[in-house]
Amino acid sequence: MNVPIDLKYADSHEWMRAESDGTVTVGITDHAQAALGDLVFIELPAVGRTLKTGEACAIVESVKAASDVYAPIGGDVVAVNEAVTGAPETLNENAYGAWLFRLKPSDPGALAKMLDAAAYEKLIG
Amino acid sequence: MLQQTPLNAVHRAAGARMVDFGGWDMPVNYGSQIDEHHAVRRDAGMFDVSHMRAVDLQGDHARDFLRFALANNVDKLKDPGKALYSCLLREDGGVLDDLIVYFLREDFFRIVVNAGTARKDIAWFQRLIAERAPHLKLTPRDDLAMIAVQGPNARAKVWAALPGSEAATAGLKPFVGAAAPNALADAFIARTGYTGEDGFEVMVPAAQASTVWNALVATGVKPCGLGARDTLRLEAGMNLYGQDMDETVSPLAAGLAWTVDLASARDFVGKLALVAQTPAQRMLGLLLQDAGGVLRAHQLVRTAHGDGEITSGTFSPTLGKSIALARLPAEVAEGDLVTVAVRDKALAARVVKPPFVRHGKVLVT
Repeated sequence: MNVPIDLKYADSHEWMRAESDGTVTVGITDHAQAALGDLVFIELPAVGRTLKTGEACAIVESVKAASDVYAPIGGDVVAVNEAVTGAPETLNENAYGAWLFRLKPSDPGALAKMLDAAAYEKLIG
Repeated sequence: MLQQTPLNAVHRAAGARMVDFGGWDMPVNYGSQIDEHHAVRRDAGMFDVSHMRAVDLQGDHARDFLRFALANNVDKLKDPGKALYSCLLREDGGVLDDLIVYFLREDFFRIVVNAGTARKDIAWFQRLIAERAPHLKLTPRDDLAMIAVQGPNARAKVWAALPGSEAATAGLKPFVGAAAPNALADAFIARTGYTGEDGFEVMVPAAQASTVWNALVATGVKPCGLGARDTLRLEAGMNLYGQDMDETVSPLAAGLAWTVDLASARDFVGKLALVAQTPAQRMLGLLLQDAGGVLRAHQLVRTAHGDGEITSGTFSPTLGKSIALARLPAEVAEGDLVTVAVRDKALAARVVKPPFVRHGKVLVT
């Protein structure tokens, strides 16, 4: 399973990437998309919404079932990837390219405490 | 410990994602469920349905027994090999199972029942046999495997994969089967299925199953999991037992009135209860109009005539929209707009008459 080493991970199967402007981009992992199956519907949080750590904030729905996506760290939503809502299958094709939303973290140190690639790989066995 | 079909190792070697399906370890997909779905609509795909159970009924006057045991009328089965879809009912009209019965000879019928209900069905038949026709012999065929090959090119690919099978099966009309011994297997092949496409269901001895499967793969038949099987049957407007009907539901409220013969003088289990019924609900299709999610079983449907419920819902790969089967108040008509509770939203859906898709063509708009 593809687990890029330059990303951070949550045990709820989101990936995070630190951007140069201090924001954090969030998506779901390759492991998560494979477990969900073909995605057919995605709902994203509103830009400007303030998320608490662990708050359900997006929905990814496959042919099989709907799943919540959680905010792996708290913060304000500064951008969402509208392109994936029109083409949910891009998330199956490239889970690390098809990001979902971008946060301005309320705690700038939160990202460093998340799982690294090795720890996430161990988690998904 | 999950039960395994004779093809379990073949599925695992092909990288299938396996799930517990009613106690059976079955492939849900081999990659993309949507690709598998399209393969069946456009070319040919196959499903391991060996978890379903063939049961042979043998003995004189077997037809008389089935005339009483089944809700559909086996007198419709005139030519050997002909198959009939029927419900198996309780006395109160509840649906014990839905099944296919093949007429092979006057003293030999083959019944194919669902996996999860097989044990219950066999016990039910055995009790009825003991009461009414104790000379009949019922034999569950655990020794058979079953592969459903479906799609516009399915029959030609079966003939290519199983040399010698064409002669016995080229002339088969829909819903007819025949013994079709061939170079690879001692097969019984029927022109039946559960996808709304043409195709064959191939029964072979368990020991020959993987040889047949691999030969079909080699002729370009795409292995498909139960995920695609579900989206295909839903598009075809076909009920799934345990989801669209069960022992608490009348076939008349489940879109199955066409399979229940109330017109003839024949008596059968459940008839008295059904004759007295005027069902308050009926089964219809829904086509989601709004974006905002996917229709799923158990979602509440609000109509101008009261509430109903979705029994099966999914995303239809052929339509690119969400579709559902729903049990709705009997007054609801095709074309009506209803709303469905999807999470925190009320989404608009239009009432349509199933099927949604047949033979690759979309039938609803």
